[in-house]
Amino acid sequence: MRRRSAFLVTMLCFGFAFFYIPILSMMVYSFNASRLATVWGGFSTKWYVSLLTNRQILNAALLSLKIALLSATAATILGTMAGIALARFKRFRGRTLFAGLVTAPLVMPEVITGIASLMLFILMAEWIGWPASRGFTTVTLAHITFSMVFVTTIVHSRLSETDAAVEEAAMDLGSRPWQVMRDITLPIISPAILSGWLLAFTISLDDVVITNFTTGPGTTTLPILIWSKVKLGVTPDINALATITVCIVGTGVAIAGFILNRAEKRRDRDARMAYQANK
Amino acid sequence: MSDPARAAATVAAFPAAAAPARAAKPAPFIRIEHVTKRFGTFTAVSDVSLEIQKGEIFSLLGGSGCGKTTLLRMLAGFEEPTEGRIFIDGQDMTDLPPYERPVNMMFQSYALFPHMTVERNVAYGLKHEDMTSAQRADRVREMLALVQLTDFAHRKPHQISGGQRQRVALARALARQPKLLLLDEPLAALDKKLREHTQFELMDIQDKTGTTFIVVTHDQEEAMTLSSRLAVMDKGRIMQIGTATDVYEYPNSKFVAGFIGSINFFGATVRAASSETATVEVPEFGGTVTARAIPGLVPGQAITLAIRPEKIQLARGRNEGPNTFAGTVENLAYFGKDSLYRIKLPSGRVVSVNSVNARRAGENERVADWEDAVFLAFDPAAAILLKD
Amino acid sequence: MAGAHTDNALQRWFNRRGWINLTIAMPYVWLVLFFLLPFVIVIAMSFATRTPTAPPFSFGGEHPVLNTAHYARLVQDDLYIRAYLTSIVNAGFATLLCLLIGYPMALGLTRVTPAWRNVLLMLVILPFWTSFLLRVYAWMGLMGSNSWFNKLLTAGWNWLVPTDWALRSIPMMNTNFAVVLVMVYSYLPFMILPLYANLEKLDRTLDEASMDLGSRPFRVFLDITLPLSVPGIVAGGLLVFIPASGELIIPSLVGSSAQPMIGRVISDEFASARDWPMASAVSVALLLLLVVPMMLYTHYEGKAHEKRKEEA
Repeated sequence: MRRRSAFLVTMLCFGFAFFYIPILSMMVYSFNASRLATVWGGFSTKWYVSLLTNRQILNAALLSLKIALLSATAATILGTMAGIALARFKRFRGRTLFAGLVTAPLVMPEVITGIASLMLFILMAEWIGWPASRGFTTVTLAHITFSMVFVTTIVHSRLSETDAAVEEAAMDLGSRPWQVMRDITLPIISPAILSGWLLAFTISLDDVVITNFTTGPGTTTLPILIWSKVKLGVTPDINALATITVCIVGTGVAIAGFILNRAEKRRDRDARMAYQANK
Repeated sequence: MSDPARAAATVAAFPAAAAPARAAKPAPFIRIEHVTKRFGTFTAVSDVSLEIQKGEIFSLLGGSGCGKTTLLRMLAGFEEPTEGRIFIDGQDMTDLPPYERPVNMMFQSYALFPHMTVERNVAYGLKHEDMTSAQRADRVREMLALVQLTDFAHRKPHQISGGQRQRVALARALARQPKLLLLDEPLAALDKKLREHTQFELMDIQDKTGTTFIVVTHDQEEAMTLSSRLAVMDKGRIMQIGTATDVYEYPNSKFVAGFIGSINFFGATVRAASSETATVEVPEFGGTVTARAIPGLVPGQAITLAIRPEKIQLARGRNEGPNTFAGTVENLAYFGKDSLYRIKLPSGRVVSVNSVNARRAGENERVADWEDAVFLAFDPAAAILLKD
Repeated sequence: MAGAHTDNALQRWFNRRGWINLTIAMPYVWLVLFFLLPFVIVIAMSFATRTPTAPPFSFGGEHPVLNTAHYARLVQDDLYIRAYLTSIVNAGFATLLCLLIGYPMALGLTRVTPAWRNVLLMLVILPFWTSFLLRVYAWMGLMGSNSWFNKLLTAGWNWLVPTDWALRSIPMMNTNFAVVLVMVYSYLPFMILPLYANLEKLDRTLDEASMDLGSRPFRVFLDITLPLSVPGIVAGGLLVFIPASGELIIPSLVGSSAQPMIGRVISDEFASARDWPMASAVSVALLLLLVVPMMLYTHYEGKAHEKRKEEA
């Protein structure tokens, strides 16, 4: 029953205003001709131009993308395995520890993970000589570690909602376990795997704290670059960068929403078809 | 003729069928030998031995937790027996994984592959068979025709109804022409009309394909209609094996008698016993009852008397014959084709009696109405004596 | 049965146990190596002694094998206790505000028409997917003394209060207030999404039954909706509180250096002071403070998970 409450509607309006006023303000001021980010000096797109010709920023963006692609893919593979393990294998030694290891990073403060990872890498360099110096490798390793648990959560959740009998049926019909995985399990959870990848990608792209600790000279990701700039104060080219980001992400979310909407309509249609078939 | 003599004559006239004699039969197709399954300290299946013939429809009947599903899964290969061996067509299958057995299963939840069409679902197992793709296509067509789903070949599972999904599951499980088909609660998810229809369909298909079926169910009607033989299970053990008639009319224990259909139980003491009849004292009847004897009765022994509701006759007047007692109608339920009466005996005990409405009678012409005084009577042959 | 071939021994092993072991082992080993091991290092390091070597720590030799001096400092030095308190208090306020704002929003989302709902959900998710850093930055823009927002608020303030209380601008930046505000802003989606998921799955017929028995809408909310949404509240609350208490970015950008939060302290000890043992000790103490909330979270997530499985 849909009961429209004035209070709830007000809260929704207030909430969305709260969300978007800062973002909209930032977007508007990205067209500010004046250098002072807080005083309006006329309309101008010069900050966008300066942004797109800024070598430093472009390199950082490229590096962030590379790291994100690599870590998201590895995190998805490992995370999916962990999700399958948790959902399908009920009894194995050390399962409790495993379940804990997969939940802890979700709530652990990043500062602690950051210094812990850094100490690990430094000590590893001392003891076994690898990784020799911090940079691309260490950042990617750290990213893989904390984003794989997000993939695990999504895959685990989706897989436990699926009838396990489906995999037994496939085995019953003659398929070996690896064939069952290929033919049945993975196709069924493919939406979960995809959203897991997207989430891991975004998390990696956006991470500051852990990257800050595990990176080395010469490896400046975009968030690190922004972080160093922003510590000095508000600058208009960051406004422009933020606007571009919001637009890209906004388009992505809109497309995703559209696709999901279509899928939902199709599901409703199919359910009606099934109902008709009964008659 | 004296009463005891008449009683003996009645019993003798009844065809003897206490334990059906088994004719010499061929070597059993499925042999389950002393199979036990333990999960930690819990014993799910306890020393079960069964022999099933080729082409039978055999049911495992029991309540939840009785071990029937575990036994089925061991046949399929999803569980390994803790003890015992399983033989199918002479081969020891105990250690084989499910994908190497000539056994297929129709799952209770159907377990259709959601991302594949009906056609691809049915064809899935065939890729492990040595066939050309044309032969595979033919087999799929054949199977879909068998379950009457030819027009739905290109639909996906969520686009068809529950009954249709079940038929896809059946077609898929039969596609590889397995030696043994296992069915886990096949009719449980269907509504009443569909259930009756599907029951006959299943028997038809089994007849056509000649496959050996083993069905697991908690529904005794399902078991009795479908199967040629059934086994009643409780707490991991087999309580009784036999045909539906065996189990219904000649239960070997209180458990089996009470599990199948409805029954009236009475506490009794043996007064006298011969090889054919026994006389037992039944306090709740306030008298003695003549019953068909079972072996090993000793006077003074405590025993249970059991009578099925439909075996008791209801009459307004007392008739001459053994086992006649007076009572009043406490309650009655009219079902159209039959009526269920609750008759209160002078001792306070209430007995269930089921009476077919063979005569077309109006409201006021009924055999008995609420609070009428009536007489119950039953044949000595219908009185079951049970030791436990 | 035609086509049933027997596998060789290696295939047999793989099919039965091998693939299961591999699937479990690979992520397990990774997590043990890159998550558990660093964690153990932190705990061990908290008992080391700081030395001017590289790496800057030592066990044994002229230093005690298990040095508990750092933990002693934690309790003795005012700085740390105040930092812990500031962190817990800020995170606590942030969580509470997130709940007060987020709950009605989540509830509202369940009540709007489906067409609106998809759009609104996307609008909630959009900030979640944009850069965290940039969102904090957006608020920096608004809170500065020369921003239109600040000027607007100042004007409002000056209009409301008597003249001798008037201000030139409202000092929002570099205060605890700013930290809490920006934390609420950043973590609000983390509260709304679990709450919405929980509220959406509640059985509407329960509401109807309650109303049928005579309850007014607000009573229905108090008696039915609120108690049943507790798992969502707990999950969302912990998802905000635990990371917020260890926040580094927000206090660094908009917080006051006179009232640092514990994340800042850890980072300073580690990077600036190069005092690994001390930083580790502070971290361990923080984790001890958070261990109860963390276990609560795992417990509630487990229960919510079981419930989802049942309903599937």
